[in-house]
Amino acid sequence: MVAIAAVEKTFANGTAALAPVDLVVRRGEFVSLLGPSGCGKSTLLNIVAGLVAPSRGTLAWWGGDFASTGVSGRRLAFVFQSPTLMPWARVDANVRLPLDLAHVERAAADRAVGEALALVGLEGFARHLPRELSGGMQMRVSIARALVTAPDLLLMDEPFGALDEFTRSRLDEELSALWGARGLTVLFVTHSIVESVFLSTRVAVMAARPGRVIADVPIDVPFPRDDAFRVSTTAAEHGRHLSALVAGAGAAARA
Amino acid sequence: MKNADATTRALRFLAPAAVAVLVVGLWQSLTTVYDVPAYIVPSPLVVAQTLLQDGALLLRALGVTLTIALAALAVATLLGTLAALLFVQSRWIEMSLFPYAVLLQVTPIVAIAPLIIIWVKDTTLGLRSVDPGLLDFFRMARASRWQILTRLRVPGALPYFFGGLRIASGLSLIGAVVAEFVAGTGGSGAGLAYLILLSGFQLNVPRLFAALVLIAAAGVALFGATVWVSKRALSRWHESELEREA
Repeated sequence: MVAIAAVEKTFANGTAALAPVDLVVRRGEFVSLLGPSGCGKSTLLNIVAGLVAPSRGTLAWWGGDFASTGVSGRRLAFVFQSPTLMPWARVDANVRLPLDLAHVERAAADRAVGEALALVGLEGFARHLPRELSGGMQMRVSIARALVTAPDLLLMDEPFGALDEFTRSRLDEELSALWGARGLTVLFVTHSIVESVFLSTRVAVMAARPGRVIADVPIDVPFPRDDAFRVSTTAAEHGRHLSALVAGAGAAARA
Repeated sequence: MKNADATTRALRFLAPAAVAVLVVGLWQSLTTVYDVPAYIVPSPLVVAQTLLQDGALLLRALGVTLTIALAALAVATLLGTLAALLFVQSRWIEMSLFPYAVLLQVTPIVAIAPLIIIWVKDTTLGLRSVDPGLLDFFRMARASRWQILTRLRVPGALPYFFGGLRIASGLSLIGAVVAEFVAGTGGSGAGLAYLILLSGFQLNVPRLFAALVLIAAAGVALFGATVWVSKRALSRWHESELEREA
């Protein structure tokens, strides 16, 4: 689906953000990029989104390059760290935005908006303004806006990082259910080991200075995963393993 | 709680009104008690009488001044907004043109220049101050430059735009008065500022005070009008979201 081959990124000031990185995300996978701050996981996500151009290396989206697949062809959606909603527009107008920008016919767009809002459980809030919603609900609107185009690949950059722990684990469960029900393909950036174990089919562990993928760890646990899984020994073992990998990379970088 | 709200609201009007009554009362009693001649400090009653007596003359002058002020405001709004829209298109354009906007400010075109500068600054700031994440979102969706401008930058800049409008409305009146002082509009087209100068020369202090009262009232009215317009416009913007591009 997306193949990242030997992608490097050096910023204009000479900082090596990414050493050569190889990563493949296949259809239907939920892949997390896990690592400490400054390991280049957000940069990698932005490169996949086409927001940042790589210094070297190649990316292939569905077998083509960025220009040839185009936005409608590749149907890629992004959820940012903050909800990034238009404060002057109501919830339904915010969710409809990507369809409006693509000049989708109004009736079809409204239908898609209704479905997307239902997916995130916000049917009753279409006419609300973002400031009238809680942080968790605003994030749900942001997810609905991403899902409204029925994207082939959903990119998420620490979407729940700013939320309290209870809201965060509830949204994790909702996202996992959505992923299963809709057959989504997700590339998810997080610095939470617990979150990555709970959500992912595979975790790409990244290390800093320079940013690189040091391990590709499958989480072979069937879905749906629930609260019981969160506190299970299986989850704890996966967590310990990932934690050791991250810590080892940190120690190596300091040495 | 509702009662407390009503009390606060009432106080907001009553307290300043009480101050006005107190000051005007004090002014009236002092001029009466000390028998101050009207050509030094006229009493409020004399000012009010003059307002009525010279009403036609004063109102005509007010019309002239307001026309200048409003014309300046309109020109400044148009030019300032156009400049801001141009500025935000590219850093290069802003870099090349901004020094000239500053140059305009220091050039004594008192009626227009201060407005332009505030307008351009505020609206440019507003147009640029969009959420960077949202801007990324628009770029990712391959939004056109026009879509980014109309759907993101302009609505985001509206509060700044109206902030600029509020400041500019006051400045436009100052600009018009100063322009009259400097350039003068004598004869039949005389404005309030000219009337003030003339009254000063003729020691017609009551008329001078009356003209001042009118200018102050016009300033308050103009400010109130812009506040009202911006409130209406901003809340309507929210309401009309659904209907846009329907």
